[in-house]
Amino acid sequence: MIELQHVSKAFNGLTVIDDLILHIARGEFTVILGSSGSGKSTLLKMMNRLLEHDSGRILFAGDEIRSCRPEALRRRMGYAIQSVGLFPHWSVEKNIATVPTLLKWPSDRIHDRVTELMTLLQLDAKLYRKRYPHQLSGGQQQRVGVARALAGKPEVLLMDEPFGALDPVTRAALQLEIARIHKALGTTIVLVTHDIDEALSLATRIVLLDQGRIVQSGTPLQMLSAPANDFVTDFFGRGDVGIKLLGLQSVATRLRAGERAAGEPVLASSSLHDALSIFLSRRVDRLPVVDGDGHALGAIDFADLLDLRP
Amino acid sequence: MAWVKNRVLAVLVLAGLAAALGLSFLTQAPNRLAAGSGISLVQLVSDTGGQPIDAWLALLPALLLVGAIFMHPARSTQILVCLAATLLLTGLAGMAASHATRLAGQSGAIARTSLGGGFWLLAAFSWLAATDAMQRLAQKPIWRLLGVGVVIVPLGLLLGGGAFKDLSLLKEYANRQDVFNAALWQHVQIVLASLLPALLIGVPLGLASSRSRALRPPLFAVLNVIQTVPSIALFALLMAPLALLAASVPVLAQLGIKGIGLAPAVIALTLYALLPLARSTAAGLSQVPQPVIEAAQGMGLTARQVFWRVELPLALPVFLAGLRVATVQTIGMAVVAALIGAGGFGAIVFQGLLSGALDLVLLGVLPVVAMAVAVDALLKALALALEPNVND
Repeated sequence: MIELQHVSKAFNGLTVIDDLILHIARGEFTVILGSSGSGKSTLLKMMNRLLEHDSGRILFAGDEIRSCRPEALRRRMGYAIQSVGLFPHWSVEKNIATVPTLLKWPSDRIHDRVTELMTLLQLDAKLYRKRYPHQLSGGQQQRVGVARALAGKPEVLLMDEPFGALDPVTRAALQLEIARIHKALGTTIVLVTHDIDEALSLATRIVLLDQGRIVQSGTPLQMLSAPANDFVTDFFGRGDVGIKLLGLQSVATRLRAGERAAGEPVLASSSLHDALSIFLSRRVDRLPVVDGDGHALGAIDFADLLDLRP
Repeated sequence: MAWVKNRVLAVLVLAGLAAALGLSFLTQAPNRLAAGSGISLVQLVSDTGGQPIDAWLALLPALLLVGAIFMHPARSTQILVCLAATLLLTGLAGMAASHATRLAGQSGAIARTSLGGGFWLLAAFSWLAATDAMQRLAQKPIWRLLGVGVVIVPLGLLLGGGAFKDLSLLKEYANRQDVFNAALWQHVQIVLASLLPALLIGVPLGLASSRSRALRPPLFAVLNVIQTVPSIALFALLMAPLALLAASVPVLAQLGIKGIGLAPAVIALTLYALLPLARSTAAGLSQVPQPVIEAAQGMGLTARQVFWRVELPLALPVFLAGLRVATVQTIGMAVVAALIGAGGFGAIVFQGLLSGALDLVLLGVLPVVAMAVAVDALLKALALALEPNVND
């Protein structure tokens, strides 16, 4: 979908992106992770030409991105940012309709698309359609921001620390939402963050960036279980790699099918991290496992947690 | 003091009482230039000349206002204060007018009845009382603005109906109707002729300074210096070069450009208006949040679309505030321009000052004040109308 070939970028002689090679496949949820100053935001903004790269080539759907007007390119990509950047003088409806309006869709199609997106992001279309951004909570504003980014049916969705300014509860809810949307729509998503847990829980692929270079890229599991070097280990937290690994895998992967246990059951879909917490808080070493409808599936032993299977 | 429920009103009523007792309500003079003798409100009320209705029209609302000080500040009380204050304002004016008419009948045609300090203060206090009550009543600023306008409607009706024709002020108007009308037209002309070029220069300057960081300090340094030059000095400074220009380029002289008159006035007022216009344009644009602009660009709006659809509407309220300052300032300063022969209401003011006719001065000043207040309110209302509605 997006291919970066030997891309470099410098600001005032200071190299920010250094000969970077990256291929983002269609349908992937790529999280570009790095501390501040690692060049992750610059990398994202070069993809939609908010910043121009100095050397190398960037291809989007097979074409060099400089082969068409930047506006035309950007209308094919959704863009959501941290401070939302909603237009304060436009209603929610008009904000979401920004790109469809630019693309000159017919008005009834725009109307339907706004309703569809508000429903997708669990905003009551009747209630909020005509509201202005300042009448919404931070979480609702960010939902509108995501809806607006998705409105023009973009081929790829670029998100620059979209949940950075939200409180932990709202952030978690929106992370779930975006994961659900990714699954439902299959949109290619590129998200920039410095939040390790956000990266681990959302990404199908993490790209860890430091000083304008890719240190390692791979699935969350690979990043934790097979770190390329000490920097990666330190970045993800040397002390609690094990705990983080448990967070990536579900109870279903350790299920002892058909076996029985006493007590309150855990969901097969919950993470091993949750299971560990239940083991410890109840002081038991065996838990029954059920599916979402409450049907017994089997059991899980405390010792099964040790069986790390990357 | 717990039984005083409305302190603002209490202060206004006390001050009004002092003004009513301590200052003359009307002054009566044998002719337009002689110093008059004062007539107090008490004299006026006791000597209603067989028309006690007038006195009651003013006394009753005054008593209501006194009562409202001690009433629980509910909505109904505020409405009462509003109505009573409006009625008081109208009643006072009516009283002054009918007394003037009676005096005109008694003493000859050249005798003059003028409004005294007592009247002006009482009128101001009743207007303040009405405004204050209106502020407490109305949630939306636009309604407050309209309400404050409504207070003076009865006065306008009285004026239009010719009720005040025997007051000295209106006699001055009647004597100089054509001069007044010409002055009004000239004044409007000066203001528009100054603001239009100021807009055409100031807005692009502000725009440029918000785009280029390097331009900002020198631009505003120059505009600030212009602003600090006293207007009379600037008029004088422009006279010599313009006279020279007109002498050497006859075409310009034929167009009416010379050392005195409209040309130097318009140029000076344009220069003065540049600072508020350029500054508010720059300030308006720079307070548009950067993320909003970035989002707009990231969405695929072209540079032109970003400006017209995002930056301009978001900068407009701040710009309108600057336009308000510039307009009100130009309306006021245009009075001084009469000194270099530009005409306008200033000509009436200075004629009044030179001949010592206070009412003639007022005839020039009051319309200027009214014009400034009206334009100010109009632009305020426009700015309010542009803001997205909060209470929907």
